[in-house]
Amino acid sequence: MYKIVSKTELAPKIKRIEIHAPDIANKAQAGQFVILRVNKVGERIPLTLVDWDKEKGTITLIFLEIGVSTEKLGALEAGAVISDIAGPLGNPTEIKHYGTVCVVGGGVGTASAFPIARAFKQIGNKVISIIGARTANLLILEEDMKKVSDEVYISTDDGTKGHKGFVSDVVKMLIDKGYAFDRVYAIGPTVMMRAVANTTKPYNVRTIVSLNPIMVDGMGMCGACRVTVAGKTRFACVEGPEFDAHEVDFGELLKRQMAYTTEEKLALQRLQERRCSCHE
Amino acid sequence: MSEAKPKPKLQKQSVPIPKQAPEVRRKNFNEVALGYIEEQALVEANRCLQCKDPKCVTGCPVEIDIPSFIKLMREKNFAAAIQKIKEKNCLPAICGRVCPQEEQCQKFCLLSKVGDPVSIGRLERFLADWERLSGIDVPVKAPSTGKHVAIIGAGPAGLTAAADLVKLGHEVVIFEALHLPGGVLIYGIPEFRLPKVIVEAEADFVKKLGVEIRANTLVGRTFAVPELLEKGFDAVFIGTGAGLPQFLGVPGENLGGIYSSNEFLIRVNLMKAYEFPNVDTPIRIGKHVAVIGGGNVAMDSARSALRLGAEEVCIVYRRSKEELPARKEEIENAEEEGIVCKFLATPTKFIGDEKGWVKAMECMCMELGPPDESGRRRPVPVKGSEFVMDVDAVIVAIGRTPNPIIQSTTKGLETTKWGTIVADEQTGQTSIPSVFAGGDIVTGEATVISAMGAGKRAARAIHEYLMQK
Repeated sequence: MYKIVSKTELAPKIKRIEIHAPDIANKAQAGQFVILRVNKVGERIPLTLVDWDKEKGTITLIFLEIGVSTEKLGALEAGAVISDIAGPLGNPTEIKHYGTVCVVGGGVGTASAFPIARAFKQIGNKVISIIGARTANLLILEEDMKKVSDEVYISTDDGTKGHKGFVSDVVKMLIDKGYAFDRVYAIGPTVMMRAVANTTKPYNVRTIVSLNPIMVDGMGMCGACRVTVAGKTRFACVEGPEFDAHEVDFGELLKRQMAYTTEEKLALQRLQERRCSCHE
Repeated sequence: MSEAKPKPKLQKQSVPIPKQAPEVRRKNFNEVALGYIEEQALVEANRCLQCKDPKCVTGCPVEIDIPSFIKLMREKNFAAAIQKIKEKNCLPAICGRVCPQEEQCQKFCLLSKVGDPVSIGRLERFLADWERLSGIDVPVKAPSTGKHVAIIGAGPAGLTAAADLVKLGHEVVIFEALHLPGGVLIYGIPEFRLPKVIVEAEADFVKKLGVEIRANTLVGRTFAVPELLEKGFDAVFIGTGAGLPQFLGVPGENLGGIYSSNEFLIRVNLMKAYEFPNVDTPIRIGKHVAVIGGGNVAMDSARSALRLGAEEVCIVYRRSKEELPARKEEIENAEEEGIVCKFLATPTKFIGDEKGWVKAMECMCMELGPPDESGRRRPVPVKGSEFVMDVDAVIVAIGRTPNPIIQSTTKGLETTKWGTIVADEQTGQTSIPSVFAGGDIVTGEATVISAMGAGKRAARAIHEYLMQK
């Protein structure tokens, strides 16, 4: 059992929790994730490590309540326990001194982008961050990103804050302005990562994306997370989650992510019905 | 008095095991074979000839004293009989169910010359179930040796090695990557063949012996093997099995609805997806399911798909019925339940719908050529024989290979070109003297009992190694 030490709501339906998991905190590196199971009937779901504290033995996760598991997780308060967390899983981000690195976070993906931006900054890269959300009140970690970046750009789909449009538009604007990025890291919804990949490809800027396919065990056993990269099948959990954005078959990934949409809706509906009947 | 008793007539046939009827069981996940009741068990036990030089024992990978436990059983001393088994085997309820006895102990039974061999496995199962229901005696732990052993993987090899080592007085911790112990017993073998309460009970027994099981710990990520040695473990046993799924490598294999047998079985067994939406993990299979492969995992997958509500489940195997690697009993069970087989065929392409879900599978017919290195006749494609099958889901059950995560994070650990760990056959010792390995991680995919045998031999060797240190 793993105890939730603290909990904060960052934006509507976006929560941050800090969990006591010393073994994971001790080993965590930027770019890695955990697999967790909220309770005894729960699914195993992957969540990216946002932060970790070796001294306190805690890890921090940020998630959007979007399905049955994240809804259940979001309903837990500080002091409650989670059945299972395994990690750190996946390969860490290759943190090197590249020069200028552009880190792009879309939606709740900004949370996953944060430790990567921080790690790049720590070893002396110039970090340009671009973070985006659908609308201003869903934008997260602006202050945290400012602390670990040389410059931060913001975009919202509806223009309520920063540039009106997508983060990929900002990437293009900056490149056209003359920014010479040695690396671009994009983390967020698959369509956003595809848009960034399509943006940087004509400029030949090496771009890395952190993929988030469906996973079950997260340790290389099931192959649910298989993605096609450069024409070859790869397991995102053990060979990724980061891959060369220009080689990823995003169309296939999008379809694979949709495989259980019907069941996900049904499970969520059931959870909400049960909650309603509890309040009667 | 006993001399006066007439010698009972030799019973050539074994007592059949009661089973759920095929038309009933194909709709539920409850255990198929129901087990002997006491009368049946005693009749079967009385068939044993009590050979002076018992051949059955030589066929048992963990060397159970079979005639002795059967003798105790005949005397209705079930408690002593199960203890006799447990001297050698800490997981009898599991072995009594899933061991291929027809290839092991029972193969050597003298009675098989005149009729059926003694159903040793069913007797073992009877005793283990009797014990579980009447309360399990936990042996007293030997005085501590002060030595610490880390076991990686709570599957059959790891649980066996851990039980043997803790009984000798060593401090034993098992590190398990998944959230429950059992390895393939919990994620791979279905409920209807091996109920999960039995796996839990057997793992609990190992815990009661004094073994600590730490779940959610992926060695290679959470800790690496060298770290375990630095942390104060005097020896490490690697029993991480063969968990990496193989795919066919044909076009369209990443369509929705195409599962590795591992994904399918993990969803169904470990995550209990057949209870969705009462549990959160879903599975979707549709009406027409094809299972590729012919081993026990293929049979398990096919029979699970049927129970999930598939209308037709077809096993597609590239060789013929004679070469099917699955246990005969499981093939019969599958056939009785209505699983159909398409022999001498292999998929060449998967075809999807507009949403990216598989809707059909193109196959090619095969014919058997001369034998290959495995001794079985090699399947050769027949030109122009392509045909198309409509499918809603496909389960690829063509074998599994070792997970490379430990090998790649342990410097100096020698491996083969197949990714298995090089270990001494008798002792399990690897190229690192304090590191031992056994089970599928060394041999490649094999049986539960052979992994247990390897765990047992390694435990013996680790004990010797620790006591010499």
